[in-house]
Amino acid sequence: MNTSDSEEELCNERTSLMTGSPPISSYHVETGLPSSMDTQTKRRRPVTNQSNNRETHHEGVSTERDSTADSEDEELSLKYGAKHVIMLFVPVTLCMIVVIATIKSVSFYTEKGGQLIYTPFTEDTTSVGQRLLNSVLNTLIMISVIVVMTIFLVVLYKYRCYKFIHGWLILSSLMLLFWFSFLYLGEVFKTYNVAMDYPTLALVIWNFGAVGMVCIHWKGPLQLQQAYLIVISALMALVFIKYLPEWSAWVILGAISVYDLIAVLCPKGPLRMLVETAQERNEPIFPALIYSSAMIWMVGMTEQSAVQQPSHQERNSDEEVGQSHHDNTEDNRNVVVPETEVHGTQSRTSSAEELEEERGIKLGLGDFIFYSVLVGKASATASGDWNTTLACFVAILIGLCLTLLLLAIFKKALPALPISITFGLVFYFSTDNLVRPFMDNLATHQFYI
Amino acid sequence: MTVAVFFGCSFIAFGPAFALFIFTIARDPLRVIILIAGAFFWLLSLLLSSLVWFIAMKASNDKDQQLQRGLLIFGVMFSVLLQEVFRFAYYKLLRKASEGLAALSEDERSPISVQQMAYVAGLGFGIMSGAFSMINILADSLGPGIVGIHGESQYYFLTSAFMTMAVTLLHTFWGVVFFDGCENRRWWVIAVVVALHLLVSGLTFLNPIYEGSLPPAYVILVSMAVWSFFSCGGSLQNIQQFLTCRKNDAGSEVAS
Repeated sequence: MNTSDSEEELCNERTSLMTGSPPISSYHVETGLPSSMDTQTKRRRPVTNQSNNRETHHEGVSTERDSTADSEDEELSLKYGAKHVIMLFVPVTLCMIVVIATIKSVSFYTEKGGQLIYTPFTEDTTSVGQRLLNSVLNTLIMISVIVVMTIFLVVLYKYRCYKFIHGWLILSSLMLLFWFSFLYLGEVFKTYNVAMDYPTLALVIWNFGAVGMVCIHWKGPLQLQQAYLIVISALMALVFIKYLPEWSAWVILGAISVYDLIAVLCPKGPLRMLVETAQERNEPIFPALIYSSAMIWMVGMTEQSAVQQPSHQERNSDEEVGQSHHDNTEDNRNVVVPETEVHGTQSRTSSAEELEEERGIKLGLGDFIFYSVLVGKASATASGDWNTTLACFVAILIGLCLTLLLLAIFKKALPALPISITFGLVFYFSTDNLVRPFMDNLATHQFYI
Repeated sequence: MTVAVFFGCSFIAFGPAFALFIFTIARDPLRVIILIAGAFFWLLSLLLSSLVWFIAMKASNDKDQQLQRGLLIFGVMFSVLLQEVFRFAYYKLLRKASEGLAALSEDERSPISVQQMAYVAGLGFGIMSGAFSMINILADSLGPGIVGIHGESQYYFLTSAFMTMAVTLLHTFWGVVFFDGCENRRWWVIAVVVALHLLVSGLTFLNPIYEGSLPPAYVILVSMAVWSFFSCGGSLQNIQQFLTCRKNDAGSEVAS
């Protein structure tokens, strides 16, 4: 097998990923009208705090709303709160389903095929202690690479080296859309023993990749773009599942959630600095590498053209910069961003006419990738099989729900990895070791609980 | 051990629950969240009860079959009790959430009623319980093998599927009745629900004498269905109006 080739590609890929877009592990609430947001916050804060520390679902809070909200708006915002969660549940679920389906059917991704250059220590050792030590060392190397790349990225962003960043993103998404999907398709054909000729394959891959590049970096139907992002995240997660040794994968997952927490919440954390810089410049935080669940349509802009001029320009620049570069795995982490309400709130307060407006929420692709890595590893390596996978799945969804609830409460940048990954890890180990023997015994005797 | 068995058993086991999900829950985001949180609570209860069983098992003699069976029975009973405790805990949580939601809305009404939450929570419990019982069996049914090769029952997959369906629907009805009992402070209702759950689980100890476990479970299912229908406001009039397609102005159905 061309392990070394693919490894090098992967290394290049990962290098390119690392220096690609910045890690964005934050929830970020962008508001157009600070004044309306403040009044709204003041008005809702006491209610919010009182109600939210009792709920697991975050319906209680809406992030951007009119200061002239009436009861319908209140109801709407509640529904929006729950709606945002579902808007994220669906793509996360789809990504996990793709990964699990692939893991269960294509054996390539569960075979040992070498390791990445970032995890040089092998886990084929004789003693448990040695194996543990090696996995911890692997994790340290991986996390330090990520930290270095993140800081490099923040520096690039601070000094406005946009062309460099964009070039890198385009390069990495080219690699992902063409090369990795070619490998994936090849393995699927091998599994199902499908005879395929190269011209057809070339045509299919060319079409898939070209449309993907256009959709992701330029313009395209929203759902197609979302589908491509999900596929890209799944491909990247599969790469991680294949090339990360078992114990290293779990330790890395744990370490990266801790890093996420630190990087986003500490005042000097790179991700926080990135978010603040983007906020100062009033730019969207790297529309690339972010899954966006909705688009904003503007109706009747002419009347408010003066007011909306800056936001309109911003929106244009949005499109120029292009959407989503997903390859940057560790870097494009968990940004959950309620869609830029700049246009929305402004138009709503100033115009009386009906505006077609769909508020969305954004989540960084790194989140997708690491959630899928956790669930994929659970389904690949757990002997409890489907029970463990199901438990991890539910745990991750609940973690996402809680994170969104916290976002609604705190209304600032929050990391999306820690809660979900913690729940996922806890449930993986406990289900695999405790629940599995119990359920197996029950199934043997056909007892029902 | 064929694809037909796989599809047949999965439809038997999950068909009603899936239909309920699609027609009543999938459209409303709040209900989906309550469903998944309910599944999570059931999972927590399972985790704790298997922890207890695991400790008991490890602390005892491995070779003694009778003892192990006895410990398993104890594990099942403890798990049932813990599930009901977690159902109560979930009820408390949902009540507080409902109050919060009502406080946030202008007209002091929660967007979702307690009966709806009871139904969704019960379904969440049921789906998770059914999934954990059935999924591994379904996965095995796709692969090669001979059912009952050591002399056990031929009907393992079929009876598992039917039992799973019964348990899923039972959890739904128990949820409705349980929450209703908690709302109206009727503690005997809760006691009856716990007792019935223990009874249904206890009847499965008779497996593979399926006559002892399946028909009684279905009888209990039908009676629970009737009870929960009447407890959340249904009446013979409602059924009449529904069947004759007349307009219903006072009905309070669980699912909209």
